[in-house]
Amino acid sequence: MSILSANQLTKSFGGLMAVGSLSFELNEGEILGLIGPNGAGKTTVFNCLSGFLPPDEGEVFLEGQSLAGLPPFQICRRGLARTFQIVKPFLTISVLDNVMVGALTREKSTAQAQTAAGEIIEFMGLARVARQEAQGLPLPLRKRLELARALATQPKVLLLDEVMAGLNPTEVDELIGLIQEVNRRGVSILLIEHVMRGVMALSQRVIVINYGLKIAEGAPAEVVKDQGVIEAYLGKEFLIAQG
Amino acid sequence: MTRRHVFFAAVLLVLLALPLFLDKYALGIFVMIFFYAYVGQSWNVLTGYTGHISLGHALYIGIGAYATTFLAQTFGITPWIGMLVGGIAAVLIALFLGFLGFRFGIRGVYFVIMTIAFAEITRLIVSHVEALGSFSGIFVDFNPSFWNFQFRGNLPYYYISLGFMLASLVAVHLIEISKLGRFMVAIREDEEAAQALGVDTFRCNMFAIAISAFMTSLAGAFYANYIYYLHPNSLFGMALSIELILRPIVGGLGTLFGPVIGSFILTPLSEISRAYFSKGGLEGLHLILYGILAILVVLFMPKGIIVYVKRALHPILGTTNAE
Amino acid sequence: MDPHLALQLIIQGILLGGIYGLIALGLSLIFGVMGVINFAHGQMMVMAMYVSYWLFILLSLDPYLSLVGAAAAVFVLGYLIQATVVNRILDYPEAMQVLPLVAMGLILENMALLFWGPDHRSPQTALSLQTLWVGPVMIDVSRLIAFVLAIAITILIFIFLKKTNIGKCIRAAADNRTGAILVGIDVDRIYNTSFALGAATTGAAGVLLLPLMPLSPHMGHDFTLTAFIVVILGGMGNLIGALVGGLILGLAESVATLFLPATLKQVVSFSLLVVIMLFRPQGLFGGKK
Repeated sequence: MSILSANQLTKSFGGLMAVGSLSFELNEGEILGLIGPNGAGKTTVFNCLSGFLPPDEGEVFLEGQSLAGLPPFQICRRGLARTFQIVKPFLTISVLDNVMVGALTREKSTAQAQTAAGEIIEFMGLARVARQEAQGLPLPLRKRLELARALATQPKVLLLDEVMAGLNPTEVDELIGLIQEVNRRGVSILLIEHVMRGVMALSQRVIVINYGLKIAEGAPAEVVKDQGVIEAYLGKEFLIAQG
Repeated sequence: MTRRHVFFAAVLLVLLALPLFLDKYALGIFVMIFFYAYVGQSWNVLTGYTGHISLGHALYIGIGAYATTFLAQTFGITPWIGMLVGGIAAVLIALFLGFLGFRFGIRGVYFVIMTIAFAEITRLIVSHVEALGSFSGIFVDFNPSFWNFQFRGNLPYYYISLGFMLASLVAVHLIEISKLGRFMVAIREDEEAAQALGVDTFRCNMFAIAISAFMTSLAGAFYANYIYYLHPNSLFGMALSIELILRPIVGGLGTLFGPVIGSFILTPLSEISRAYFSKGGLEGLHLILYGILAILVVLFMPKGIIVYVKRALHPILGTTNAE
Repeated sequence: MDPHLALQLIIQGILLGGIYGLIALGLSLIFGVMGVINFAHGQMMVMAMYVSYWLFILLSLDPYLSLVGAAAAVFVLGYLIQATVVNRILDYPEAMQVLPLVAMGLILENMALLFWGPDHRSPQTALSLQTLWVGPVMIDVSRLIAFVLAIAITILIFIFLKKTNIGKCIRAAADNRTGAILVGIDVDRIYNTSFALGAATTGAAGVLLLPLMPLSPHMGHDFTLTAFIVVILGGMGNLIGALVGGLILGLAESVATLFLPATLKQVVSFSLLVVIMLFRPQGLFGGKK
């Protein structure tokens, strides 16, 4: 059963095509990886899905309902949350207050939101810094905060944009565990990631795009052997050199 | 917590009893301290908490002053009602400005310029309306009574302006801890991130500008019945818009007590130095000092003097939630 | 409607527009290079006007002769403002950049008040009352000179930016700060020079205005706003746009006096500003942002 589907999404910037007629489905309970070289159009896909950019053509469906024309905050309230590749913490307020902003879109009172936010902070391993201002956090914790805030909106679908970039292997492994746990609790996840270790460990399926076009789709282990994919990442010369 | 309550109660008692020991001139200075703390707080709602800089807030003071006075002198409507009408008028203008700004994505410097443009357009229009006294302004008739919001001596004004300031503190505190207040701060910090978290940023922005405009316009009603003279250039002009933002900036933008602290520092400085310098033929010198102070604060203590006040009061108040 | 009057107003508008363009050119240059909006722009212009006025009163130096001196004075002023204040706030959020420059405007305005008093002053220079008849149309000579010089200065600035080494460095720093640092340009100094140049340009424009309108310490912020409008019309950071925007605004304000009292002409320009921001925020001629 698909929970999120994109149908023929197309987006161009001043004549330059960023996403070309891209279709895919995210199944309920699945973790789907979206990979591709730099500039392939992955973040543009996220922006179209989450309502930050209107697609030129095509449509997005969440649980069978079209999201066309909805502003980002309504899409979030329907159950689709996202993180940003360049994290956007609310710098001058505490970690707890950051997460509460997300929780408040669901909870009636600030007291309830505080409880909910507290639980998520605990779960994400941020309890130690909960009262600190976000601007004091190092990058790995900022990435976690980004994820914690998104979770606080109680999403059905979570779009993660390079949450592992810039982390060391231990931190990556910890985050993999957390994301798996989130998924186990019933959140379907679409994931943009360059850290292959993360993609391989998490994704049940992978979509590869290049220049905005889908060039491969399938199980992670198969996709990385695909000629087209290797060519897209490493260039034709590499393949020729390999013979 | 109780320690803080005791501290605030003590400060309040001092402020209530203070007039016993003050002469008329000193009372007048306190009226201006409370007045500017109140106006600064009103502006703080939009700029300090929500992050949209307005350099045209004199607009709302002007609307409040003119509406109240016009209704009182033409129809005999008491300022207590007139100020609400003025408040509604200010809210409508603010919502129109906000609609244009927030719907069309006018942000940052462009938003600043638009707030100036609105104030200037209104100033020019009012300057050409006969019924509002055109260029020469309006002298407010003086018929002291509670009903007319006019009093002999500074004492009643002292308590009214103190009441305004305290009410604004309570109101903004309530906003601060509400859902709206939290969303406003989120918008200030990162509007896109707030949207991604399900915040209806347009609605929150509209609320913020409406609340700010309403509060500011009430100050206009007070001004009219304290100064007794309305002039379009001084009420809608940029000088007042600049004057009223300096205190919250110096005190601490986006903090509850910033505008109050800023006003307690800058207003006496301004009143005394104005009197002192203009006697010596040095008009404008106090504004130069002001400007220098504002620049120094932004450069070297962008979080405002409140940081130091908090530190100084720390032994008395104990730790607060933040930091 | 009297066609001669209309023609007269159109010509006057264009002539004034050339000076508006020059005022705004400085603002646009500063924005284009540093990304900062100079909220003290008009006040800097007024400083130059007073310097020129001073030279006229003390040394009977005609404003056209003191133009270079007055522009040089605000060049230094601009250099100092950039070096002491603006360079420190470049990385601030846009909102916090506004305040120090607003405060700077307040300081300059009141310095003018302090030094020269609140009175309006109109120096009677040799040419200030001379007029020229072209067919049925009367043109003030000083207005015509101002226009011609404004255009000439604008062209000089363009040549300076295109041909000289400093000009090239300025354009490089505007294009890519990091890149400019990497190739060894002293970006701070280039910024100082750019701000100074922007200041000098508006100063020169002010001097050209001196014979045309009475001078007072509080007129600065009107011109700051005029410059904003022109720059937004033409596109922030777009130098040619500044010139064209100036001509459009000059024309619009002048023609508006056919229908409105002269004191209301600014309502037209502010309304124009709001409409442009709503529907073409990048300005009429594209440009950055």
